[in-house]
Amino acid sequence: MKRLSTFLLTMMALGYVYLYAPIISLIVFSFNKSRLVTVWGGFSTVWYARLFENTQILDAAWLSLRLALISATVATILGTMAGIALVRFGPFRGRTMLSGLISTPLVMPEVLTGVSTLMLFLLMAKWIGWPARRGFSTLLIAHITFSMTYVTTVITSRLSAIDISIEEAALDLGSTPWQVLRDITLPVISPAILSGWLLAFTISLDDVVITSFTNGPGYNTLPMLVWAKVRLGVTPDINALGSLIVAVVAIGVTVSSVVLTRNERRRERDIQAALLGDH
Amino acid sequence: MKPGGWFDRRGWSDIIVGVPYSWAIVFILAPICIVTALSFAVPVLNSPPYQFVHTWPFVSIASFQRLFTDSIYIRSFSVSLFNASIATVLCLLIGYPMALGLTRVSKAANRVLLMLIVLPFWTSFLLRVYAWIGLMGNNSWFNRLLTVLYNILVPQAWHLANIQIMYTNFAVIFVVVYSYLPFMILPLYANLEKLDRTLDEAAMDLGSRPYQVFLDVTLPLSMPGIIAGGLLVFIPSAGELVIPSLVGNMSDPMIGAIISQEFGLNHDWPMAAAISVALLFVLVVPLMAYTRYQSRAEAGGAP
Repeated sequence: MKRLSTFLLTMMALGYVYLYAPIISLIVFSFNKSRLVTVWGGFSTVWYARLFENTQILDAAWLSLRLALISATVATILGTMAGIALVRFGPFRGRTMLSGLISTPLVMPEVLTGVSTLMLFLLMAKWIGWPARRGFSTLLIAHITFSMTYVTTVITSRLSAIDISIEEAALDLGSTPWQVLRDITLPVISPAILSGWLLAFTISLDDVVITSFTNGPGYNTLPMLVWAKVRLGVTPDINALGSLIVAVVAIGVTVSSVVLTRNERRRERDIQAALLGDH
Repeated sequence: MKPGGWFDRRGWSDIIVGVPYSWAIVFILAPICIVTALSFAVPVLNSPPYQFVHTWPFVSIASFQRLFTDSIYIRSFSVSLFNASIATVLCLLIGYPMALGLTRVSKAANRVLLMLIVLPFWTSFLLRVYAWIGLMGNNSWFNRLLTVLYNILVPQAWHLANIQIMYTNFAVIFVVVYSYLPFMILPLYANLEKLDRTLDEAAMDLGSRPYQVFLDVTLPLSMPGIIAGGLLVFIPSAGELVIPSLVGNMSDPMIGAIISQEFGLNHDWPMAAAISVALLFVLVVPLMAYTRYQSRAEAGGAP
């Protein structure tokens, strides 16, 4: 076993270097004085200052943020409804098709989703006159659609792990389905709803391909702007932007995992206390 | 459980099913139907730029014929499938030891290390590609390091001033592997974590060497994880559009770029649709095979 462990340790170390070397390099060179992104020219924070003066980037970031907030919220509502329907409504007519449709965008390459959604929008414009031009509304629809499928997956897997007997007991004791949904099902899956929302939010914030097909002129999201800029060449202000995003994400993930761990410990203590109290 | 499920199917429970269902039909099913239908149309100079044939059999397979005869499409399909296959194998070779290692570390270390696998996923995909562009460029420290190592290893006649990595197929594969590695590690880890470690110990006790235990016990039992991870890497990397556009050789495009070009630049909707249908077919076949494999595994248990 010893030799295998050394091998595994080496591979893991190399793997993590592979995953993090570019990110660390990105952060280091965001403090570079030189215009060249890969040659060190002394410490400076000039690119961060430049970033906050760049109204184009700020506008794009604001657009992306609005888009992600709205689309994640709508997608979470739709995805939760679909998840509850798929797991708790039994075998209704068309159930297989719904679950098939929901999983389709997950397994299709994004370029296919992008092209087909754009064709739909163009044909809709021709047939019913809407959307006359692509912009926020088409972006919103496209983002809601793919985010919804991720939310549904999160909700479905959580809901199938939860024992249905509590809900059935409540029904037998005379609760209306609406009360069961409000007082039992939704509170129980609320962590899944939150993580579904977060997933939808990040995916929307990060999407390039589907956005590139469904956006209109003047509606550059942050990833679209970065894509266009990077195609023209690397510039240090993008390093600054990347480092900021990494910092925000790292802080967010650390804080949430600390909070989650603490909650979990408290819950375990409570459960143990309750068990002891029973005796 | 009541017949017909948990809820009575009336009133607002129809809304819970109906709203997401309608959304999925209009924005997921309809686009797929449109693409499939358009792949049998012919391109015309009009708006929208397609037309269906008005005589029997009402469909045109001209676009599909071009797909199988024009070398551009054959070439880009092959490049895409080649890149995706190599990337999947590399992800497996790098990801498998990492996933296995994650199951062997302490609980505290496991928590942190797993988080480090997921963390890049929450940061911007584009910026991670961008980070590699900086590293792969001819003047970067990474490229110079590689060049020095290369020059040490090869005879003097082959020495290079720097290695051209950017704008090659190699760069595409390298960045694809980097971007999709977590998609390989996570399903593999989920699978390996569930394996019964006592089987390893039993095999060891019966005299197997560690590599034999791995080949005879761990590897076969982790097949579902390998297949799930493989599909999660293979499908998106075959259709990858962004990475080749940034680091790839644009004179040898992948299929995603061809679709977007047929649609956007050439206004040949039927051709774009036909390529999309073909790509969907190529990628759905392995997926169907996987679903069959999975359902058989669930039904039959041990082979």
